[in-house]
Parts: sequence; C-alpha cells; structure tokens
Amino acid sequence: MAETADETALITALREGDDVVFARLVDEHTPSLLRVARGYVSSREIAEEVVQETWIALVKGIAKFEGRSSLRTWLFTVMINIAKTRGIRERRDADAAIAAYTGGTVDPARFREAGDQWPGHWKDSEAPSAFPDTPEGSVLGAEFIAIARAELDKLPERQRVVVTLRDMLGFDSGEVCALLDISVANQRVLLHRGRAAVRQALEDYLADA
Amino acid sequence: MDCNELVELVTAYLDGSLDLDTRARFDMHLLKCDGCENYLDQFRSTIRTIGNISDDELDPVYRNRLLDAFRNWR
Repeated sequence: MAETADETALITALREGDDVVFARLVDEHTPSLLRVARGYVSSREIAEEVVQETWIALVKGIAKFEGRSSLRTWLFTVMINIAKTRGIRERRDADAAIAAYTGGTVDPARFREAGDQWPGHWKDSEAPSAFPDTPEGSVLGAEFIAIARAELDKLPERQRVVVTLRDMLGFDSGEVCALLDISVANQRVLLHRGRAAVRQALEDYLADA
Repeated sequence: MDCNELVELVTAYLDGSLDLDTRARFDMHLLKCDGCENYLDQFRSTIRTIGNISDDELDPVYRNRLLDAFRNWR
C-alpha cells in the first residue's frame, strides 16, 4: 500500500488547491469509501454524508497531513470513525458473536458421516470439481464477477466489509484489523466465511448452468 | 486432517498463519485428496474474482457536490 513517493506530490498539489488532483482522488477513492461506509449506516444518503465529511476532513487537515500512513489508509480510518458516530447499529457484542459462532462454511451433508470408513471426507458425489478457467474478458469471467458482486452485497455487513477491504481493495490483514479494531483471529473468521459464501455461489452457478 | 477440517483452514493457509505442524498436515492431505485440491483452487479463483469486481460509477451529482466542497474550502 506504500505509495508515499507519489503521494508527496499529490499532497503538495492539494495544499496548493489543485482541483484536478482533488477530482482524481475523489474518482479513485469515493466508490470504495461509499461501499465500505454502507456497512455502518442505515442508508445510502447517510453513507454519502459520511464520505463527504471525510473529504472535507482531508481538505481541512491537508496542511497538517504528515504522510505517516498512505492517503488511502488515512481516508478509510477517518471515514470509519465518522461512520461509527453516525451508525445506528448495535455493534458492541460483535466480537463475542464472532467467537461464539462455530458452524462450518461448507454444508455438512457433503461429508461422510461418523461410522463411515472415511468420516469427515467428501462423499464421492459431493467432492468439489475444478472451476473452469475464467480468463479476463471472457463471458464466463464476466458472469463470475457478476455472481461474486451479488453475493458480496448479500453478506452480513462485517463479513462484507472485511472481504471488500481485503480482496476487492487489497488492504492487508494488519491494516484491516487496525481499521476495524478487531483481532487478527476474528478478521480471519469473517474473511473466511465471506469468501466461502462467494465460493459456494460460484459453485452453485456452475451447477445450474 | 479430514476434508471437513481442511475447508475451514483455507484462509489461514493462504495467509500463511497456520502453525507449521498444521500446515504440513494440510499439505499432506492435499497430496492425496483431489476434492480438497479442487476446493483450494476454487477458493483461489473466488478471491481472484472478487479482486476483479470493479467499483460502481460515481453519481455525477454527488461527485459535483464533493468537488464544490473543495473549491469552497481552499
């Protein structure tokens, strides 16, 4: 995520009031800021307000911006802090809820039962098959992306936020834990469940095709 | 390690956060289990696909609101 060399020039330009640079940053980061903000607040309108406040905070603070974190990490950190103050959802017990959940991410009916010669192994009819290749630009590739996007939107919000930050936006595990103030273990559980749900949706799609 | 245990460890495996003993059992299981090897490949393909999701287009009215806010501040 380190783009500091580039960013020094961007930040200098922002301090000088360069609105072309500002517009470029808005285009680059606003859609993903909105996507993540939606995990905290009850409506798209409130998410838009939160993201707008984030950009204003950047403009107001740019003179003092020290570049200790990347601009993107700074934007997400500030946005999430603002979003939390506007959030109406009860989140206090969230970590406990993650820890308490022990269900598997794959339908248990796909595995052999106790008493079988190979308990816990795939039933012959249920073993996963390889996904076909989905080269970029292929029809199936585009369909896969559409299925994954729809499934991502359906995930419970914390899973959706973690999967979005890690796999869609490329934040690393440490950054996501810091941004969301969750433990490494819980981050991994949320990420794994979210990915597993998307994988299942893709597998179902291929089975129906 | 059984298949139903392996499927819950895939993210930890890909993150490199399994202890070495568990990682070795994971790798040994993959060698003899096509189903789990396919599962791991499906998982990688899933992650790649999510990485290829592009963001929504920005609503132009909202975009202008943000740009105006900048002009008014400087």
